[in-house]
Amino acid sequence: MTKTILKAEDITMQFGGVVAVNNFSMEVHEGEIVALIGPNGAGKTTAFNVITGVYAPTNGAVYFNEEMVISNFPQGKMKKMYAGENHGKYTKKLEKTPDQITRLGVARTFQNIRLFRSLTVFENVLIAKHMRSKANVFSATFRLNGKEEQKNKKETMELLEIVGLSDLKDEIAGSLPYGKQRHLEIARALATDPKLLLLDEPAAGMNPQETDELTAFIKRVKEQFGLTVFMIEHHMDLVMEISDRIYVLDFGKPIAAGTPDEIQNNKRVIEAYLGVPEDE
Amino acid sequence: MNMKKTTKYICTLIAAAAFILLLVFLESNKNTYGMAVTVLQKGFILAVVAVSMNLLNGFTGLFSLGQAGFMALGAYTYAIFTIPLESRASVYYISGMNPVLAGIELPMLAALLAGGLVAALFAAVIGFPVLRLKSDYLAIATLGFSEIIRALIASPQMDTITNGSYGLKSIPAASIYVVIGLCVISIGIMALLINSSYGRAFKAIREDEIAAEAMGINLLKHKELAFVISSFFAGIGGGLLAMFMRSIDSSTFKIALTYDILLIVVIGGMGSITGSVLSALLVTASKEWWLRFFDEPLTIGGVSIPLFRNGFRMVIFSVLLMVVVLFYRRGIMGTNEFSWEGFFGLIRSVPQRIGSLFRRKEGASND
Repeated sequence: MTKTILKAEDITMQFGGVVAVNNFSMEVHEGEIVALIGPNGAGKTTAFNVITGVYAPTNGAVYFNEEMVISNFPQGKMKKMYAGENHGKYTKKLEKTPDQITRLGVARTFQNIRLFRSLTVFENVLIAKHMRSKANVFSATFRLNGKEEQKNKKETMELLEIVGLSDLKDEIAGSLPYGKQRHLEIARALATDPKLLLLDEPAAGMNPQETDELTAFIKRVKEQFGLTVFMIEHHMDLVMEISDRIYVLDFGKPIAAGTPDEIQNNKRVIEAYLGVPEDE
Repeated sequence: MNMKKTTKYICTLIAAAAFILLLVFLESNKNTYGMAVTVLQKGFILAVVAVSMNLLNGFTGLFSLGQAGFMALGAYTYAIFTIPLESRASVYYISGMNPVLAGIELPMLAALLAGGLVAALFAAVIGFPVLRLKSDYLAIATLGFSEIIRALIASPQMDTITNGSYGLKSIPAASIYVVIGLCVISIGIMALLINSSYGRAFKAIREDEIAAEAMGINLLKHKELAFVISSFFAGIGGGLLAMFMRSIDSSTFKIALTYDILLIVVIGGMGSITGSVLSALLVTASKEWWLRFFDEPLTIGGVSIPLFRNGFRMVIFSVLLMVVVLFYRRGIMGTNEFSWEGFFGLIRSVPQRIGSLFRRKEGASND
């Protein structure tokens, strides 16, 4: 069996009295494309934010490459308020910040595009190289890291060529058309040298043609960079076409998991999306 | 339009040579051009502090208002260590000087550097708690810090070190070449930093903190770095100001000083180094020099115009500021930097611009 690259165990995220994600567990194996779907407000992005360290979970743990990176349990006021499951199963508090998670090789994009809008396309991607740079602030200021800087710029240029943005490199990121901004955001995530790529609704707001382009694009970069992909998506065509496995969340609770065929015929999933007929 | 690299170098060299010649000329005719010499020095010193503030406010997106406090630290450190030993008794005539400090006299550059380091040290200490705050809250916290520093310096308990509210005098001065040279070096270093990999990380934080963090940029570390470096150069700027003014006291470093610098940064453009330098020179020149005649009594045809009196220039200055802010909302330079292409392009477009101005007027009269 292939290596488990990402594992979430009993993730529960509670904001005040609202349990946004309840006892969600999942696994992503190396080389897979896994999708997380669910109706609006199901807690998909919250689950993503927990995995990438933006939120500390209320309870549960996250493993990357079989190493625990995040773990938490209800503490303080939450002890009494906790409404999720598996109270007491976790006793360790381990919080990595988003930048540390990125360093481990987990890159992400955002649901509402977050580019460095007033910088150029080239700079947007180049910034992602900064975290691997060994130069300290003095050697960087006095240009003692010339070689590294040259290498970073060369790699950035190569990456832009691969993703087909090289002729737009001096454009201001915020002025690009929407579809290109999505591509740029993925390119920027790729520049951090990830093993696992998390895409939060990459096809949001795209027309069918753009969605097709994106599908091909994701498949291509996955092969080219040897990535594992975990994504949230609403476009079912895209999800069914490229995912190996799918997880389904509804009202914060996992309701199904399986291959696209299994999910398409799962009764609970259909109910979650279409509602339950009243006479049943 | 693209210019060759060599052409640009030649242009820069010519401009630098012209500037040095101008300095030599002004310096050797000090008696006639005293005001120009003063304005140039003060303008460049404020430019250092303005660029340091821009590094924080314009490039890293941290709205801090502590510049005057860090300048005070730099200025006082410089002054304490450079006042000649023989004149110390007359400076500290009230309560004498702290015996530990009384015997130490540092060379000018070492004292200046020490001033920068003291400011940087204070920034490093307050940075960790303060930089967790955002926008307005950070501004208030740093503003408060700046006032605390000023109050501490003026307090009677500090008499043997800072001479309390009496201030320090007999601070050795340096020639205009040294002052402006040091300013140019400081600004140059900050410009190099901003164009380095770290500078790009700072800009990423300004653009979007969450995205910057997702790109592996450690937010607190980089904010702290920007804060410490900015404060270091504010300290150097303060030291240079002490060098230039030759006597300082705590009221020099009131909040109004921070506002003056903020004004320079905003007028020049948040996120433009050359904008800050240009604006520092323009603001200083118009405040201290070009608008002077508004302060003199003016008589036209035997009638003296009542408005022309002491202080009137500041009214005119404020009106000018409003006009500039109305027409250049993002400052003179916005986030752009000076480039020779832009400069020549601007000159070439002048006739056209004037032409279009007239055309618009004609169009308006036709309507």
